Amino acid sequence: MSFINYASREINCKIVYYGPGLCGKTTNLQFIYNKTAQDAKGKMISLATETERTLFFDFLPLALGEIRGFKTRFHLYTVPGQVFYDASRKLILKGVDGVVFVADSQEERLDANIESLENLKDNLEEQGFQLEKLPFVIQYNKRDLPNCTSVEELRSLLNPDQVPDMEACASSGEGVFETLKAVAKLVLIDLKKGG
Amino acid sequence: MLGSQSSLVMYDEEYQRIMVLIQKLLRESNAKVIFLVDKNGQLIAATGETEHLDTTSLASLTAGNIAATGGLAKLIGEKEFSILFHEGEKDNIHISIIGGRVILVIIFDERSSLGLVRLRVKKASEELGGVFEDLVQKTVIHSEKVGSDSPFAEITDDDIDNLFN
Ligand SMILES: Nc1nc2c(ncn2[C@@H]2O[C@H](COP(=O)(O)OP(=O)(O)OP(=O)(O)O)[C@@H](O)[C@H]2O)c(=O)[nH]1
Ligand SMILES: [Mg+2]
Repeated sequence: MSFINYASREINCKIVYYGPGLCGKTTNLQFIYNKTAQDAKGKMISLATETERTLFFDFLPLALGEIRGFKTRFHLYTVPGQVFYDASRKLILKGVDGVVFVADSQEERLDANIESLENLKDNLEEQGFQLEKLPFVIQYNKRDLPNCTSVEELRSLLNPDQVPDMEACASSGEGVFETLKAVAKLVLIDLKKGG
Repeated sequence: MLGSQSSLVMYDEEYQRIMVLIQKLLRESNAKVIFLVDKNGQLIAATGETEHLDTTSLASLTAGNIAATGGLAKLIGEKEFSILFHEGEKDNIHISIIGGRVILVIIFDERSSLGLVRLRVKKASEELGGVFEDLVQKTVIHSEKVGSDSPFAEITDDDIDNLFN
């Protein structure tokens, strides 16, 4: 849920990166962090295990600029993708304004993608949200790897509603900002509708 | 109550009332820093020695902390733990929930005490709770007429594209 502050003339929106373990959610945020000017970002917080798996969340606050005299801030969060961290994922989803589903394009992760997307729907529904009504984009990540499922197949399995989707290689940064921009745009359009 | 999909909105009038209340609380509790955070991790207001504090990070972690302990509470059949207290070597953090939705965070050192903070928080919570109730009412009215006079109704594709340049 966005936070509109007329006193400080700011809009804050929360975007959550979701997806199976090791699909590249944290890598997306790290790339955004590294490529964003100092004055446009805050500290990136990663609550991670010693092996750098997300334990609770990553958090990156971005200040993108002004719209109609309002400072626009996006708070980016990632969830922990590992199946057994479901309780934490539910908490991170609270008050979400937009979701990025990061799919792992590798063939052997096909089932994990489908399972994670189902889990996203379930967890949203538990809070009275419907994925179809939320600003939502899909990123097919790790396109650089040799054992990728074709985009057509991924699309037919993961994106029946034809939300905006894009290919990416988060480790090199390809597609990362395109993804962020796509979801931010949907969030702002939603805000315009008075969501 | 706010619907889960509606925005939290802050207006000048309520913001001023909130600032007056937390500044008073800061003085009366001899605290170093006080801030208010939405349960989703958005900073609402802060006062005191905030210059060297990363309030955005603090807000997000506080909300995560409350969310995690709230999850724990449910597991053992409690509604929530309405007060959290973290004791450090010099500084301590007192966290409480106001009106079920807003988190009040007080950072204090040896110039104050847990007892004093508790006492002052109790009274201030009621007053702050009243302001947030007014805010919810106002937001409901606002969201009914949104579209006509909302500053965001006029957002164009260009506005959005410009953000990323
Ligand atoms: N080859 C390749 N590797 C990638 C890509 N994106 C991420 N990785 C690697 O995949 C591994 C896992 O990435 P993370 O970003 O930590 O994955 P995550 O989704 O945050 O995982 P959890 O925190 O466990 O949910 C890291 O070693 C990354 O370098 C990509 O596009 N291509
Ligand atoms: Mg991660």
